[in-house]
Amino acid sequence: MKYLNIGFIIFTLALLGFSTYQALFVAPTEQTMGDVQRIFYYHAPTAWVAGVCFFVNFLASIAYLWKRSLNADALAAASAEVGVVFCTIVLITGPIWAKPVWGIWWTWEARLTSTLVLWLIYVSYLILRRFAVGSQTQTLAAALAIFGFVDVPIVYMSIRWFRTQHPQPVIAGGQGSGLDPVMWHAFLWNLLAFTCVGIAFIVTRYRLQKLENEVEAAHAQRAIAGGVQ
Amino acid sequence: MPPTSHPEAKNMTGTDETSCEPVIKLDKLVKFFGRFAALRGISESFVAGQLYVVVGDNGAGKSTLLRVVAGLTQPSQGSVTLLGGCNIRNVAHSVGYMGHAPLLYDELSGMENLRYFAGLYGIADDSVCRAAMRQVGLDPKLQRRVGQYSQGMRQRLSLARAVLHDPKLILLDEPFSNVDAHSAREMATVLGQVRDRGKTIFVVTHQTALMEPVADEFVQMSEGKIVSRSRQRPSPQSSTLSSELERI
Amino acid sequence: MLVSSISVTRSTLLKDIRLEWRSKDAINSMLFFSLLVVVIFSFAFNPNAEESRRIAGGLIWVAFLFAAVVALNQTWARELRNQVLDAYRVSPAPPNALFLAKAVGNFLFVTILELLMAPLFVVFYQLRSEGPLWQLVVVALLGTWALVVNGTFFAALSIRTRNREIMLPLILFPISIPALLAMVDTTTIVLTGDGTPDFWLKMLLVYDVVFTLVCLLLFESVLNAE
Repeated sequence: MKYLNIGFIIFTLALLGFSTYQALFVAPTEQTMGDVQRIFYYHAPTAWVAGVCFFVNFLASIAYLWKRSLNADALAAASAEVGVVFCTIVLITGPIWAKPVWGIWWTWEARLTSTLVLWLIYVSYLILRRFAVGSQTQTLAAALAIFGFVDVPIVYMSIRWFRTQHPQPVIAGGQGSGLDPVMWHAFLWNLLAFTCVGIAFIVTRYRLQKLENEVEAAHAQRAIAGGVQ
Repeated sequence: MPPTSHPEAKNMTGTDETSCEPVIKLDKLVKFFGRFAALRGISESFVAGQLYVVVGDNGAGKSTLLRVVAGLTQPSQGSVTLLGGCNIRNVAHSVGYMGHAPLLYDELSGMENLRYFAGLYGIADDSVCRAAMRQVGLDPKLQRRVGQYSQGMRQRLSLARAVLHDPKLILLDEPFSNVDAHSAREMATVLGQVRDRGKTIFVVTHQTALMEPVADEFVQMSEGKIVSRSRQRPSPQSSTLSSELERI
Repeated sequence: MLVSSISVTRSTLLKDIRLEWRSKDAINSMLFFSLLVVVIFSFAFNPNAEESRRIAGGLIWVAFLFAAVVALNQTWARELRNQVLDAYRVSPAPPNALFLAKAVGNFLFVTILELLMAPLFVVFYQLRSEGPLWQLVVVALLGTWALVVNGTFFAALSIRTRNREIMLPLILFPISIPALLAMVDTTTIVLTGDGTPDFWLKMLLVYDVVFTLVCLLLFESVLNAE
């Protein structure tokens, strides 16, 4: 299992290397925005991975409430953390892209704003996990995760409507529309690479959490057998 | 998905109150708080119609045991079978619990408190509340807010709250703390009478001398386990302050 | 012996109203806090009539949001004093009845607060409504329920954490952003008479239904988490 994990990580690094090469060297330069457009190959796949992470978190939270399985909770914790990291990357690459293209760091357009709200929701989830006391942490966190995820489509629709009423410059103008076939190629490679990176992180963090749980369980067993600790 | 909380007694097997059918069965019961094991594997049975006095040093797990039996805390491992069923929620109307803390609203009067809690058990009749107050020696007409009660009065009202729905199983955690000696003796007698009506009572207390006339069994706990059960009042194991005071 | 949800909800609600009336914990602090916020905003945003109508939507709801958080924390804090929540949990009364009673109670408190604060806003900001006011009332009711239903749930959750008072706004605000957006935009639309709040009405309805259901489904797990 451990070797499979290491093997997968090596494969992922290789894949990432290849996809980066594709993004930076193989894909043609975009005509209006120039080289800065290459951020798209990181920005978009990262957003995708973040979304998948939060979906996994949603499913794991439901599984925890249903089966009370600590493994499900470990997966929830892992996927939320990785999701927040990727979401942070989206929020950073967005402005980096926007500044040279539009001259402004931030714009309250629908997609970016929704991502910010998403980030806020899951950061609050992580804060809850840190500050809850004892064994109720898992239940409380799972409940919040369900609320958060159910809210996501509503958040997106609300902000999009709000922005069609009060328009702002759009950062990723029609991403995916009118993409050169070679660009599609690079995009898909990066999508695959980042998904693998996400999986690698989640699996590692999950295993770490499982180890922590096992240590706690061992302490507990010792407490039962040996007396007051 | 969380279990439904209808107190239909689906799992009750209609135990005869005076039979030897166990009313509580604990099977390898374990409870952790973080790394601390409050209960370390308890497997015991308790039959109906008895008054059990649970004793032990602080930290022995007495309160935790009561809370697990009352359904307030889920066991980390093992199981509790209560009144024939595994689902404590189903038999909630047959269980009365009195905790360390008063479990009362300070801004309401005695009768207002009892009326509210009676409603939680489906009891709409005021006379039940009045009778419960009188039984513990309080005046139902008292308008004073519970926040202004003396500690002894608060303990007595808390006891009234625990028994007003006529439960089969009564769990009391330190009911005599800060109660004057005379009232405490009266309460102990009342508990004996309740037990004589066929109820099962668990009392956690340090005041073993007080309970000796009415107790059926003393259950001694130490470090999360039940170490002895006897009809005899246990002699103080170590020279703790409470046992020193009892000797006076 | 089945315990009726409705009677428990009603008796709990009445009990809470009586408790609040006698102690006046939440109402007093809520009222004063909202007043403070309004005054401070008036200093921070010093508007003439035209500007004020545009930002009033945002201001009013931010003030209500912060005031509501004070109330929401209070209702559960009351149950933790003397650990009286244990008495409820040990009884056969259904947990959802407790949740509904708390949510409805909070809804009443916050609505009363809004009714008391709204005139202040009108006066301070010299507001006049160009559009149909009934739309604003409907959205206010739906929006308040949206805030309160999630707020009651999250307050029950956050009361168990190490930094309880600050935890509630931390987890409530992000999730309430759609509801907040709806209320702010509708207020602006109605006050300026510019456009129609139909979408927001529908969105709030969906939000209310979805989250009330989620709260009812999950409350028992949260109540008994220990």
